[in-house]
Amino acid sequence: MVKMVEAPEGVEGQGFFATSLDKVIGMARANSLWPLPFATSCCGIEFMATMGANYDLARFGSERLSFSPRQADLLMVMGTIAKKMGPVLKQVYDQMAEPKWVIAVGACASSGGIFDTYSVLQGIDRIIPVDVYVPGCPPRPEQIIEGVMKIQDLARNESLRRRNSDEYKKMLESYNIETQ
Amino acid sequence: MSMAELNNENVLKALTDAFGDAILHSEMQFGMLNVEIPADRNLDIIGWLKSNESLKMEFLTDLCAVHYPEQKGRELAVVYHLHCWTKNYRMRIKCFVSAQKPEIASLTGLYNAANWMERETFDFYGVQFSGHPDLRRILNMDEMDYHPLLKQYALEDETRDDKDDSFFGR
Repeated sequence: MVKMVEAPEGVEGQGFFATSLDKVIGMARANSLWPLPFATSCCGIEFMATMGANYDLARFGSERLSFSPRQADLLMVMGTIAKKMGPVLKQVYDQMAEPKWVIAVGACASSGGIFDTYSVLQGIDRIIPVDVYVPGCPPRPEQIIEGVMKIQDLARNESLRRRNSDEYKKMLESYNIETQ
Repeated sequence: MSMAELNNENVLKALTDAFGDAILHSEMQFGMLNVEIPADRNLDIIGWLKSNESLKMEFLTDLCAVHYPEQKGRELAVVYHLHCWTKNYRMRIKCFVSAQKPEIASLTGLYNAANWMERETFDFYGVQFSGHPDLRRILNMDEMDYHPLLKQYALEDETRDDKDDSFFGR
């Protein structure tokens, strides 16, 4: 059974439909997020289940994984990020085109998790901005889907001007990320 | 000397016959022979174990260090695990060096396997393997400015300030 996305609020009459551009683009973006899976450990295994037929992330329009950061919308960081991996992750984030979202899946990506140790990054938000955190060690596929749905909400309701705003640029600069 | 089968007794005897006083200490741990030798004799004794026709310790299974901060002057143990393929016999060799001057000869000339393992030991314990062709960090990030498995350094990430120490055994 195919379920269509409902049209955003607007004014409808015979032969026409009027709404704001923000809402149309938000709807389109939210339902066609291309995730880049950055899977380094067990949370990545849960993500494989999430993409499989039982849980099927494709139902949310995220069917097409992008292994090129340049075409991806959503960076999904799943697993422990060693400090040595940090610059790689940051470069992947840098290479993604705007608009882009980041989801930290599991305790390790969110806070370092049980690995409170000299070699592990204590949460990816020390090097890149994160939109949604999914708790769990590892989280079940339902939780990962919930996290993606939260990202969908963000994408759906985001103003088209947000990424050009000074606040957004300041936020990126606070992570030492170059802005155009 | 020819031995049909290698065991702890005849290997230790062969070593003592060949090197005498250089065998500083020996003991059995979990059925395995452990021999301590002076750090400056590691090349010739391990080289002899490798090339000797009846011993043939041709496989360097593992190489690591151990930090004993309370043993003054011999704080760092460099441990070699050797294996004889043909007679399926394993043993350990230990050399002690001081934390002030942690220098020992590299085994890369004997075993190619020593290359990465010595880099790892340098990375984590700061042991300087003289004669190593490329002694730089292998696992930790290049910017790290200390050797993290030395016991004076905390295991935990020191940049965290959101944890209550009393819950984490500090």
